[in-house]
Order: sequence, then structure tokens, then C-alpha cells
Amino acid sequence: MTVTENSPTLSENEVKFEELLAMGAKIEPRDWMPDDYRKTLIRQIGQHAHSEIIGMQPEGNWITRAPSLKRKAILMSKVQDEAGHGLYLYSAAETLGADRTDMLEKLNNGKMKYSSIFNYPTPCWADMGAIGWLVDGAAICNQVPLCRTSYGPYARAMVRICKEESFHQRQGYEIMLTLSNGSAKQKQMAQDALNRWWWPAIMMFGPRDDQSPNSELSLKWKIKLFSNDELRQKFVDIAVPQANILGLTIPDKDLSWNEKTGHYTYGEPDWEEFFEVIRGNGPCNKERVSNRREAHENGQWVRDAAIAYAKKHAEAALSKAA
Amino acid sequence: MSTPLAPTKNDLYAYTLRQADNSMVLCQRLCQWAARGPELEEDIGLTNIGLDLIGQARSLYQYSASLFDRPVDENDLAFLRDPHEWSNLLLVEQPNGDFADTIARQYCYDAWHLPFLEQLTASNDTTLAAIAAKSVKEARYHVRHSSMWVKRLGDGTEVSHRRMQDAITAVWPFIAEMFIADELDQRMLEIDVGVDLRALQSAWESQVSALLANATLSKPIDVKAIVGGRQGQHTEHLDDLLLEMQALPRSMPNHQW
Repeated sequence: MTVTENSPTLSENEVKFEELLAMGAKIEPRDWMPDDYRKTLIRQIGQHAHSEIIGMQPEGNWITRAPSLKRKAILMSKVQDEAGHGLYLYSAAETLGADRTDMLEKLNNGKMKYSSIFNYPTPCWADMGAIGWLVDGAAICNQVPLCRTSYGPYARAMVRICKEESFHQRQGYEIMLTLSNGSAKQKQMAQDALNRWWWPAIMMFGPRDDQSPNSELSLKWKIKLFSNDELRQKFVDIAVPQANILGLTIPDKDLSWNEKTGHYTYGEPDWEEFFEVIRGNGPCNKERVSNRREAHENGQWVRDAAIAYAKKHAEAALSKAA
Repeated sequence: MSTPLAPTKNDLYAYTLRQADNSMVLCQRLCQWAARGPELEEDIGLTNIGLDLIGQARSLYQYSASLFDRPVDENDLAFLRDPHEWSNLLLVEQPNGDFADTIARQYCYDAWHLPFLEQLTASNDTTLAAIAAKSVKEARYHVRHSSMWVKRLGDGTEVSHRRMQDAITAVWPFIAEMFIADELDQRMLEIDVGVDLRALQSAWESQVSALLANATLSKPIDVKAIVGGRQGQHTEHLDDLLLEMQALPRSMPNHQW
């Protein structure tokens, strides 16, 4: 709640804002909103957009090497969707007064973050399966509730994104299914990929609830609707039976079915690793950001040309009209 | 009126494969741009074109496969043939270079591909005609996209003008090949299955000349043509491209993916 020292009561704006939230109505760009609500959203939507853009790299890495024409077409389409998601999300952030160029600048110079999951490498084709199944699967658990988030443009962008993510998840699982039913070597590739991606996927939900500094306000403002641990549990409950169908083993010795709670109990991830990757010390942090920066810098002359051309021709059209 | 002559199965296979190889190789080049475009919109645009091309390649490979004398599928044709068995134009295998190089290659190809497909829609072979009819709509967008960029880069800044001019100069030796008909092209033309390549040349030249002039670019003159793609004589770039594309299926043959 935004209560300043000088005014112990809520302002008219604040009352209206709280009322809209309480009714479950959407906050729209022209509505008044607390500064921190705006800042939190710009941070979250911006990070989400950046995650889509950086997320194009680990999979883009396999587009040229996809082992069948069908897989290649699907992967191209998926990476293209990610660029599209980036675009909708930057647009949603722009409705809050942020600027895409400025946000990309902050991504390139490390001032804004993106999901740590994309700092892990994709050395094998099976990683395309594991990413779709687990990473997109975890993203769906996180993102489906965001279709009902309190900020209108973000919620609406998420509706479309979730539809596409669900296709991404299914194509990933299908890759895993094909590999698991293939040769012994293919099944091993699938198992190795599961071993590589399981814990990073578990950590995608963020720190434990008692360690998550931003969660409380986000829950109050209905930006977030479920806590990190609630979403993580949901993901584990969905993924374990899926792994069983594949005949693969989840690399968690503490994993067991809890009759009493009706949920799976799972082990503790290596949080030290999580924070190290966030601090920039994951296996691919430097590579991902430097590739991004390189693409941006190599494209500068192209963007300059497009602007110069548009300007020249707008001027020419004007002088013709005059 | 006499019944039109039918092509031999071998001729139809080889002719279809040529067109498939063009789409496949150019698609693979565009795939190499993934996450490297100058702007997000362009990442999406280039992938769109790549997706159209892979769709065309798949239809054509599937048709080729149905004409082959042993049971093969689209993946065998794309992933298990050696460079000398590929019959694409040399133009499409040229490396991406910078964005201007990619656009120069793309525009020169698109401006040829669209009228090629338009003619192919009238082919006596109903499958080729149907694939062409679907592809022609896609090629219309491709040529619009690439010609816009030739104009923007040619008539943009000093730097972009220089880069675009260099790129046009660099692709020019590979243009003549698009209009040279070999014996197979000739046979397919005679029975109204194939496209008259020579007939495409003058329209291509006037269209491209007009666009280059509009983009303040000059048309290269006295350029020695480099040819051989249709006969399997490729530049060294195709080898690298296929090495990357075919690596996994070749290292694990007879696997489903």
C-alpha cells in the first residue's frame, strides 16, 4: 500500500486503484497507478521480453542442424514465435512509458536481466526436446496465471503467448517421446538432456517463497497470482508422470509421491548455483549477452539506413505535396 | 490436338529436385540468421521467408521421392546426398556475408523465382503446377520484402549505399546461370512441363535495372559468369553448408527423429 508520511489516508487515486484490483478489473495504461506498480511491471515485462529474445539463441543454435525437415520447420517456427513474443511484450512495456530501444540497451549492457535458464548450453539435439518439454512447460505454469494478471496489456499479450507456448511444449515432449522410443543411443541422449535441464527448470520458478523479496507486493497487486513454491509444485506434479511415460528417470533421489498431500515431494535444488548464474557466472551468460550485443551492433548501419531512407522519402513526399 | 508427351520418370525426378535444392539451400542460409538479425522485425521476416522455402522444398522433395526408383523420403534427399549430387543454383549457396549480401542474393533470386513460378503454374505436370501455384503467393511477398531493402540500403546512408553496391557486385557473377537452359531444361520445356529460362531474362533485367536505378545503385558490367550448380559443380560454400545441415542424420543413420 502506498501511504506517505504526510497523508496517512489513501488519496482518491489510490482508493480507485485498490477498488479496481479488489473487483478483479484490469488496470489500463491511462489509469492512475502507484509508481512502484509501474516499475515492478516494467521490470517484470522487460525481463520477460528479454528472456524471449535471449531464448532464441540456445534453440537457434540447432535450427541449422535439426535432423529432419519437419523438425527444422517446427524449430524455425518456434524461434520465430519467440521473437514475436518479445515484440508483444516490449509493446506491453511501452504502454507503461518504457522504451524498447532503451530496454534493449539495458539488456546489452547487463543492466536488465533475463531468465537464467537460457544461460545453460544446448550441446545435443535432445536439448531441443528437453527445453520444449521442461523449460516451456515451466514457463506455461508461470504464465497461464499471468493471462489474469491485473495489468490489461500484459494479460492480453499473455493470452496469445500461452497458446503458442503450449505448442512449443508439445513439440518438445514429442521430440523426447521419439528419442525415448528410438535406439539405445537416442534414449541416452534424452536422459542426458533431462539430467541437464531438470534442476534449472525447477529453479525457473525463482527462490523459495521465504527468500523471494519481490513476491509479496506482486501478489498484493495481483501482478502475481500464485507464489513461486505453489507454481513449482504444480510443475513437478505435471512433469513426473510425463517422465514416467517417457521411461526416463528424473535426477532427484528425494522425489516421491506423498499420499497425504496428494503431491510429489521433491529435493532441494542447488540454490548456490542459481544465484551464481544470476550473478552472471553461468556456463553461457557471457556468450548470450555478447551474441546479442554483436547482432545489435552489426545491425546498426542497417537501422540507420532504414531511418535515413524513411526520412529522405518523407521529405520528398512533403515537398511534392507543397 | 495430340496428347502432350510425358517426361521420363528420371527427368521429372531430376527437374523437381533442382527446384527443391534451390529452396532448401536458400532456406538453410536464412536459418543461419536466427537471432542475428539487425532488428527483431527482421528476425521474424527472414524466418518467414525461410519457412516458406522449407515448405516448398518439402513438397518438392516429397514429389521427387515418389519418382525415385528406390524407396526414399524427403529426409533422405535432403540429408544423405553429397554436394556433387545437389543441383541448386550457385547463387543460393553463397554465404550470408553482411545484411546487404543476404539481401542482394535474396533479391536477385526472388526477382527470378517469382516469374519462374508463375510460368510453372502452367506446367503440364499437375503436381509441379500445384506446388508452383501455392509458392507463387509466397514469392510475391519475398520479392516485395527484398526489393524494399535494396532501396532502403542503396538509398539510405553512405555506408549502406557502399555495402549494398559491393553486395550487388559480389553476386553478379552468379546471375547468368539462372537463365541458362541445359539439356534437361530443354527437354522439359519442349513437352510443356518446364519453364523457359531464357524467356525470363529480359524481364528480369529490366525489372532489376529499374530497381537498382531507383536505389541509386549501378548495375555491374562486363562480369564473367560462374556456372555449374545444376551439374553438381559447386563453390566450396555448399560443402560447409551441407556438412552442418547433415551432420546429425549422417552420424546416426537409419534413425527416426
